[in-house]
Amino acid sequence: METLLGASQVTKRFGGLVALSNFELEIPERSITSLIGPNGAGKTTFFNLVTGFYQPDEGEITFRGRRIDGLTADRITRQGISRTYQNIRLFANMTALENVLVGLHPRLRSSWMGAVLGTGATRREEAWAYREAREILAFCGLRGKGDVLARNLPYGDQRRLEVARALASQPKLLLLDEPTAGMNPRETEEMTRFIRRLRDELGITIFLIEHDMRVVMGISERVTVLDYGQKIAEGPPREIQNNPRVIEAYLGRGAAEALEEAVVSAGSAGAAGPGGHAGAGAR
Amino acid sequence: MGERFRAALRPAVVVGLVGGVMALLLSLVGMVNAFAGRPIITGVLSMGHTLLFLTALVTGMIAARRVLHASRGAGRPVALPGAALAGLASGFPLAVLVLVGQVVNLRAVLQNANPVLYGLLTFGRDPGAGLPQLVLAGALVGSLGGALTLLPGRVSQAVVAGLGTMLLTGLFAELLQGILWDLGVPAATTRLFMVQKGLTVAGALVTGAAGALVQAVWASQTPKVRRRLDALPPERRRRVNVALAAVGLAIVLWLPQVLGSFLSYVLVLVGLYVLMGLGLNLEVGWAGLLDLGFVAFFAIGAYTLAILTSPETGWLALTFWQALPVAVLVALIAGVILGVPVLGIRGDYLAIATLGFGEIVRLLVGSDWLRPLTGGSQGIAHIPRPVLGNIALIGPQQIYYLVVAGCIIVWFVATRLRNSRLGRAWMAMREDEDVAQAMGINLVQTKLLAYGLGAGFAGVAGAIFAAMIGSVFPHSFQLIISINVLALIIVGGMGSIPGVFVGALFLVAMPELLREFTEYRLFMYGGLLIAMMLLRPQGLWPEPTVRLELAESEEPEVPARVTAATSPGQGD
Amino acid sequence: MPGIRVARRITGTDVAIWVTGAVLITIVVVGSVSTLASGRYTVRHWVDFLVAGLANGSVYALIALGYTLVYGILRMINFAHGEVFMSGAFTSYFLARSLEQSGMLNARPVVSILLLMALSMATSTTVAVLLERVAYRPLRRAPRLVPLITAIGASFFLQYTFRGLYGSGVRGYPQPAILDGEWGVGAMRILREQVLVIIAAALMMVLLYRFVQRTRTGKAMRAVAEDKEVAALMGIDVDRVIVITFAVGAMMAGVAGVLYALMFGQVRFFMGFLPGIKAFTAAVLGGIGNVPGAMLGGIFLGLVESVGPTLFLDGLGIPAPNQLKDAIAFSMLVLVLIFRPTGILGERLAGKKA
Repeated sequence: METLLGASQVTKRFGGLVALSNFELEIPERSITSLIGPNGAGKTTFFNLVTGFYQPDEGEITFRGRRIDGLTADRITRQGISRTYQNIRLFANMTALENVLVGLHPRLRSSWMGAVLGTGATRREEAWAYREAREILAFCGLRGKGDVLARNLPYGDQRRLEVARALASQPKLLLLDEPTAGMNPRETEEMTRFIRRLRDELGITIFLIEHDMRVVMGISERVTVLDYGQKIAEGPPREIQNNPRVIEAYLGRGAAEALEEAVVSAGSAGAAGPGGHAGAGAR
Repeated sequence: MGERFRAALRPAVVVGLVGGVMALLLSLVGMVNAFAGRPIITGVLSMGHTLLFLTALVTGMIAARRVLHASRGAGRPVALPGAALAGLASGFPLAVLVLVGQVVNLRAVLQNANPVLYGLLTFGRDPGAGLPQLVLAGALVGSLGGALTLLPGRVSQAVVAGLGTMLLTGLFAELLQGILWDLGVPAATTRLFMVQKGLTVAGALVTGAAGALVQAVWASQTPKVRRRLDALPPERRRRVNVALAAVGLAIVLWLPQVLGSFLSYVLVLVGLYVLMGLGLNLEVGWAGLLDLGFVAFFAIGAYTLAILTSPETGWLALTFWQALPVAVLVALIAGVILGVPVLGIRGDYLAIATLGFGEIVRLLVGSDWLRPLTGGSQGIAHIPRPVLGNIALIGPQQIYYLVVAGCIIVWFVATRLRNSRLGRAWMAMREDEDVAQAMGINLVQTKLLAYGLGAGFAGVAGAIFAAMIGSVFPHSFQLIISINVLALIIVGGMGSIPGVFVGALFLVAMPELLREFTEYRLFMYGGLLIAMMLLRPQGLWPEPTVRLELAESEEPEVPARVTAATSPGQGD
Repeated sequence: MPGIRVARRITGTDVAIWVTGAVLITIVVVGSVSTLASGRYTVRHWVDFLVAGLANGSVYALIALGYTLVYGILRMINFAHGEVFMSGAFTSYFLARSLEQSGMLNARPVVSILLLMALSMATSTTVAVLLERVAYRPLRRAPRLVPLITAIGASFFLQYTFRGLYGSGVRGYPQPAILDGEWGVGAMRILREQVLVIIAAALMMVLLYRFVQRTRTGKAMRAVAEDKEVAALMGIDVDRVIVITFAVGAMMAGVAGVLYALMFGQVRFFMGFLPGIKAFTAAVLGGIGNVPGAMLGGIFLGLVESVGPTLFLDGLGIPAPNQLKDAIAFSMLVLVLIFRPTGILGERLAGKKA
């Protein structure tokens, strides 16, 4: 399989702090890859680097063989990468449908002139966009909720709407930042299945940050582990689970969290997840 | 019981005293004095007193609500006495003022603490008799406020509508008499209801009853009418809408004939502010870019027109119609150019930076340095009137049609923009700039379009303004205009197109019609901005949330081959 | 982790901005050189400009402290701070007038000026604390634009309240005779009132700096500025600290009000607007949220505004350059916001909302 996203020698510093150092990564097409690591390990920083929110200090990032570091975020989205956020960032005062319509933005081309004059092309495109947006909502299990303001949606629906909005740009690569954070076991189960569907039915490559080890081990084909901005392990889930350095990274400094994680994975109902994750990663 | 009673009444006293301080402030800034000269009911009630009564009324309403809230509903029996108590308490600061004023000459510092005010506060009697009356009146009006809170919604709405109608007709009695006269209503009939500047007692009763009745009927009938309208097939519903729009337009076009020159002038001002409001609304309400220098684009539109048309500058001496598109274009380009440097500035910094721009433009325009171009502080005069066919649009009654045409066009453009791809991009940017960019929205382009188009709208207003006044001076383009426009879109409802119209009518027409208001215009705007943000941030007429997902059947059918697989913009 | 956004690949807008910058620098340099070369102004002139600028700048600095303190803690621009300044100055006018009439102003000028300052500080503080309580506190969790709009509303509300209370005219502010005339230091001559302004402002700034750095309350203020939630967990009463911050800023503005009134000899309801905007510029110049920055920024702005019109513009043959004095201040504001929004000394509390 071909490499879709590649990072080589990527380093990012914030003042004196090295958030990511000499990071190497290759994500094959149509794969599901997870990025894990303790809080503040640099996971979200890497997402921000890929999506153009930050620029790397060193190294390069390529997408489909072309360099994308240094491009603005909107250009990168147009190349076929889209993402969700760890702390949900919907357009709160717009309806669910409008959120998805914004996601469709890069696939539309009508100009403001066309809109003002009401040209045929614009009308056709808008009609198409509305239909497409409704279909995406339905695909994400949000049928009938399109007219609800995003901020009034229940938590689980908000997470789903974020995915729907990200899907609207027809990405080749979808970055999911803790897609199951704060979900109960049943919702987590549903989301996991949904993520797999995205890959199987739409052929989208998935790259996710996740703290719930059951999700990670359940769906990923490859797992990359970050600690203190450095890659400490990489491989299929089985290997990672038994890798001594990974265990040390988690238990050595964050024993309490790992325990909590274990409790959550054990499926204790209602222990709504990532107690210790607030503030994980950089924003 | 006693303890609970007291606990429930404490908030009432607090609210009452706060209300009293408000009343004191209104008195001391001079509003009560200034409005005393305008009767609502001739010989019975002046606007000055009404102001104080309204304060007591609102105090009573809030007090009743607080009492209910503080006792978690158990205080229902004390809510009305609580409101009365609050009304009573609200009179005390005023009474103290009058008493202190008898001994100390407050006037040396507070210019309005004069015998005229004391006379108003004591209803023209000596303090011994007048002050108890004042406090009692406060209690009475306060309990009316309490009653309005406690009564079922429909009843209190009808009462409020009745009082409101009476108040408005009373305020505008003088204007109404003129209009009725023009309409051919015999003076004898009019005199039954209105004398001099106010209503008669009979007039007050009739208007009050009429207002209450209309509200009651409206409240009971609207749902039925709406249901019947919804039941109509789309084709007929559209016809009903078209008919309503036609009637509305006919009335709008007919207005200047009835209203005469002065009122037409006021409407022209409202229209100019609507034009600017729609422009600023686009920047602030939709794109989330708070622009305090908006007056700059109004000025640029006006000056461009003046420079191009006035023989004084001796340049081109174009006609209005030739210069108008140029003026709009120049304003639009200025919007883009001034937008470029502030692209990277966010939020409140942006507000201050744009304020700086607005001031720079004004200072430059009025400086000796640019005198050859802009005429310095003397400005440019002798701007020719627009000519349409053979008719010169001289007075406000003719300019009115120009403004209406401008408003309709700009309203149409704004509506189309709002529901377009660009409109959605603006709103996404307002909600979260970073995420909007991550959705593939080009921020530079989207922001510059907001600045440019918003400025273009203001340019239209500026050009018409210059042509109407016939001259431009730097003095006409002060920061105050930016603040006025900001206030009107916030009062109407940020992001709301109908809100712009409502806000402009309310904030522009009122102070023009009531000269007493002019002095207190910014006092009230300031207070309104605070009150709206605290109490009703969505404005008087917020944009309704559009129902789009479930309106599927109304979408025009599109050829079936355009599907997800062959989406436009693919392979970008 | 601090979320500083790194500059991206150079775009057309960057080029446009930098070209503008280069053009402005050229204008300033060319203008300055030709003004100096023309020799129309003597050293004496320039000294006068500098001293006047220093005095003006000290007043801006005092006002700027109020913006900076509040911004440091609430991340909001207290747009109405100029009116807090005006309220103190305008109110103290009435005391000054009666002191003058009773002869006290000239008999005991020091006591009189201290009394004026006390009244001005008390008024400004009352206004600021009320403002915080009524208009800002309920909106602390609202979206960013909301408190700013409230502040704009409050600014006009206060202006026109005081216009209604005290009248719309310009009032001549009485000056003690001791402040008339000038002192000579060598070849230099300085107006006495300017000496008072500079010394008093410097004193207040030292006091404030020590207050913020040394006292318990000052430390609590810094803790709240750093992180409200953590400060609350540490047992700091955040609401109280915020009120104190407003009060301290207002006291500085109150002193500035009296100094300003003494310097220009008049008060009016509108007098807070321009100094307010300029002080805000000063706060941004020095890095908003940064106390020493506000002081430096104020003085810097005062100097540029005083020297700038003549130095930059006169040599370019622009007539009546002093008309453009305010335009220079506003241009500085816009330029700082564009090129260095973190100010000269840097935003002390760079908690950016990535």
